[in-house]
Amino acid sequence: MRYLPHTDNDIQQMLETISVDRIEDLFSGIPSSCRLSRPLDIASAAAESELVVRLQELSGRNASVSDWDAFLGGGSYNHFIPAVVDHLVSRSEFYTAYTPYQPEISQGTLQAIFEFQTLICQLTGMDIANASMYDGASACAEAVLLALRCARKRNKVLLSSALHPQYRETVRTYCRYLQVEIEEIPYTESFATDLETLKGQLDDQVAAVVAGYPNYFGRVEDVAALAEVTHGQGARLITAVAEPLALALFKSPGELGADVVVGEGQSFGIPLSYGGPGIGFFAVKKQDMRALPGRLVGETVDQDGKRGYVLTLATREQHIRRERATSNICSNQGMCTLIVGIYLALHGKQGLRLLAEQNYAKAAYARQRIAQLKGFQVMQGESFNEFVVICSEPAADLRARLEQAQILAGIPLVSDYPEQQRSLLVCVTEQNSREQIDRLVTELAGGAA
Amino acid sequence: MSGTEGRGLVLEEKLLFESSVPGRVGYSLADLDVPNVLPDESLIRSELTGFPELSEVDVIRHYTRLSTWNYGVDSGFYPLGSCTMKYNPKINEKTARMPGFAELHPHSPDSLSQGALELMYELQIALGEVSGFPAITLQPAAGAQGEFAGMLMIRAYHESRGEKRSKVLIPDTAHGTNPASAALCGYDVVPIASDGLLSASAVAEAMSDDVAGLMITNPNTLGLYEQEIIEICRIVHAGGGLVYCDGANLNALMGISRPGDIGIDVMHFNLHKTFSTPHGGGGPGAGPVGVVEALEPFMPIPRVVKVDGGYRLDCDRPQSIGRVKAFAGHFGILVRAYTYILAMGGEGLKRATELAVLNANYVRARLEGVFDLPYKQRSLHEVVFSENNLPNDCHTLDVAKRLIDYGFHPPTIYFPLVIKGALMIEPTETESKQALDEFCDALMAIAKEAQDNPELLKQAPVRAKMRRLDETAAARKPVLRWEA
Amino acid sequence: MEFPEELKYTEEHEWVSLDGDIVTIGVTDFAQDQLGDVVFVELPEVGEQVQGGKPFGVVESVKAVSDVYAPVSGEVIEINDALPDDPELINNSPYEEGWMLKIRLTTPAELEELMSVEAYQDFIEG
Repeated sequence: MRYLPHTDNDIQQMLETISVDRIEDLFSGIPSSCRLSRPLDIASAAAESELVVRLQELSGRNASVSDWDAFLGGGSYNHFIPAVVDHLVSRSEFYTAYTPYQPEISQGTLQAIFEFQTLICQLTGMDIANASMYDGASACAEAVLLALRCARKRNKVLLSSALHPQYRETVRTYCRYLQVEIEEIPYTESFATDLETLKGQLDDQVAAVVAGYPNYFGRVEDVAALAEVTHGQGARLITAVAEPLALALFKSPGELGADVVVGEGQSFGIPLSYGGPGIGFFAVKKQDMRALPGRLVGETVDQDGKRGYVLTLATREQHIRRERATSNICSNQGMCTLIVGIYLALHGKQGLRLLAEQNYAKAAYARQRIAQLKGFQVMQGESFNEFVVICSEPAADLRARLEQAQILAGIPLVSDYPEQQRSLLVCVTEQNSREQIDRLVTELAGGAA
Repeated sequence: MSGTEGRGLVLEEKLLFESSVPGRVGYSLADLDVPNVLPDESLIRSELTGFPELSEVDVIRHYTRLSTWNYGVDSGFYPLGSCTMKYNPKINEKTARMPGFAELHPHSPDSLSQGALELMYELQIALGEVSGFPAITLQPAAGAQGEFAGMLMIRAYHESRGEKRSKVLIPDTAHGTNPASAALCGYDVVPIASDGLLSASAVAEAMSDDVAGLMITNPNTLGLYEQEIIEICRIVHAGGGLVYCDGANLNALMGISRPGDIGIDVMHFNLHKTFSTPHGGGGPGAGPVGVVEALEPFMPIPRVVKVDGGYRLDCDRPQSIGRVKAFAGHFGILVRAYTYILAMGGEGLKRATELAVLNANYVRARLEGVFDLPYKQRSLHEVVFSENNLPNDCHTLDVAKRLIDYGFHPPTIYFPLVIKGALMIEPTETESKQALDEFCDALMAIAKEAQDNPELLKQAPVRAKMRRLDETAAARKPVLRWEA
Repeated sequence: MEFPEELKYTEEHEWVSLDGDIVTIGVTDFAQDQLGDVVFVELPEVGEQVQGGKPFGVVESVKAVSDVYAPVSGEVIEINDALPDDPELINNSPYEEGWMLKIRLTTPAELEELMSVEAYQDFIEG
């Protein structure tokens, strides 16, 4: 086997050093009643050439967004990934390393995370960001736990129903046995969090209000107004950002008064990969520094006074505080923080803004063209690169029809919002050419006519 | 002096932000092919203050230099105990990047994701076969999230039977994630003292109507197979509890012993340990969970199921604990693990376990007598020494740092907590005898240095990019981001 | 290691000094030595009630967290404001500048339970 270097001779010498006769003897510590008495029922080893054929066959049965005109978003976004990204993350000094427990030989990973933390702060308008969480949904759940921890005696959380449905479900899972009361805030006709209803729901038991920015429907929420009413009752406002590219164009949640900003960083250079791995980012104001979950990298100096980076404030974490830790998380999305750093460094101050503007303009174009179609309506209010289209037929039927034209037209909202039977969530990024958008419009019209 | 000043070719490199030059760009964007419109001005942010402005060459040099300051499995031996730093096959990286996988959108309909779903289904079957569990979920993002999902299932199971149990038993050798995960499920943690191995009588004594279950690691973090595991499981079951197994050490068991066959009810896998997916500088991993039949209804959604004519994601599961993250798991990692299983085959997996155990025992045999070995029972995939024999006020930390000067990544240190100054070595099966000999020679040389010239240890490392870093200063006055 | 004679001590390695019904509390030289470099201190707020034998705060080093237990019950009337910015005061001056809080005693009988310097020294050597 090519991954196993032992020759028979090596094994013989090693057994002699250990003073046992056979490898089997090394397992004598396992009681015989615990032994498996048959071989594993797993096919025998495949040569590399053989397994490539098998994997290609499986890969070929999936709809790659390169082969389809895809207008899918909903928490996972098809953006172009520059060649530099894959080139750099393929350096095995990065991807075959582990957690930087030994800072003297891990400065590459540590500096990259420190830069990532800084980039997230700059983007979100917040003071401190951690080294990342699993994904946007689990980061959102951890943000709720942070708010409950900091608010101590409060045990209620209000989730906007316009927040990503899977983020809401994840929050519910995390809070399942923690005696937390979770209520949802309705959304308005223009698909924004209903501020008026929220005012009535808020009381001195609420630890946090959670809203998307943009929300699941693509609406750019009025974060300043949400922050004002939330703070009026002494609660924290958590904004969850599933499409962080929007933050290069729209005001940052930090600037608008959010207390915690979490989100999904997949947009920044991470492949779609059927939904994972992505990367959860997590940013707070200074006051919540010690309540943060997850790893943090900080600056320091070595014995010679040279600047360097280390994992820090680790007493918050499970390996030290055990059952009293701020979270059970034991990793960060190392490789994905690296990807995000590279992607943001490459696009830089100008490029990221321009890219966001292109996404906005392309979605605006599609939205305007679809709005002109007979039998179609589009969502009112400001959005970024995603919006709701209300059709004259069930959206699932429409999507299936457009599949015949090799178009993935959007996400039917009905499975998460039963009242939205005819609504389709359409996403347009820089990857969708005008030609693709026009073809989408034509095909939609074909059905509506 | 320029940013490249350094020792020989160990180059220095400033932060991205410090290298920024106004007006420089590293991106390329196609011309906009639709009318240019912008949102209302009141909604638009000012520029991204502090964001770097760099060329493509700047970015390449920056990260390439950073990479040279790291040490990975591809650089050399990485005996980090409990982390199973085996070789990461290159073909795994290639298959994960195949367009039908990397460019598959999670909202693609099941009918257009059949290859991905089949892969996940087949991986579930393979993991089930290795572990002996009839049902596997691939959703959890990492081992700790797998623990959390597993403990939630245990709680959901009890509650479905109208039982309110509030405590979980955890031996003192456990990973910190175990108590933290149990606490996240609303459980109180009851630690159990073990003397290297957990005794059935200790479990019996702690067991009560209020105990929801036991979290155990097998083999445990000392590398020892729990001798009384069957009896322990029987006691917990008899008391109405369930047994959770931390699967961190599955690399010691493949094809030898299956947790599902001996009374364990739930176990998580660490695909980044046992199944060769890269550790990535801290993640992402993947933490699938296997359960017995009785817990299957509580598994997280979505479940990958086989139906007439294909596969689908099933979210309609009323007793499920719900989702622990968005979408269907760390799919990109699952592709790598599946590739590995195909490459190894059933016999190959067993061979990997045998050689991992051989390697650990070889290191043990060579170093026993040089370093103190507190637990002398037959150990499996890893071996844990203590600092007890070290002379001249030398400690485990000093040995670890000195190993860096010898060109090795240090082992896990100061864990498990039950050993004073633990030095926890897990070589894995992908290291050759020659690599192990070099490592053992280095440790023996260091032990001698501790005797003859302890300053060499206390000043170490002197050959790495950095000397020892001041962690106290970092924690006292945290600087967690760059500021202009 | 120093253990001033005029102070009283606990098994959790706190020291106590008494002035009328006001009690000053800190951790001993032994405790700071075991902890290593202190990097963070968490104290209760003025006005809070602390209860004898129960944790009132936390002292952290880089890789360890320790609860600090109230030797006696009472109301917190003053905390050492310098500690959050200079936690190293606990290492450098455990009995003077590194004091943690002052409380107004509610149950003077609790003082009887505390150890003399001799008893404490026996305890830590024990």
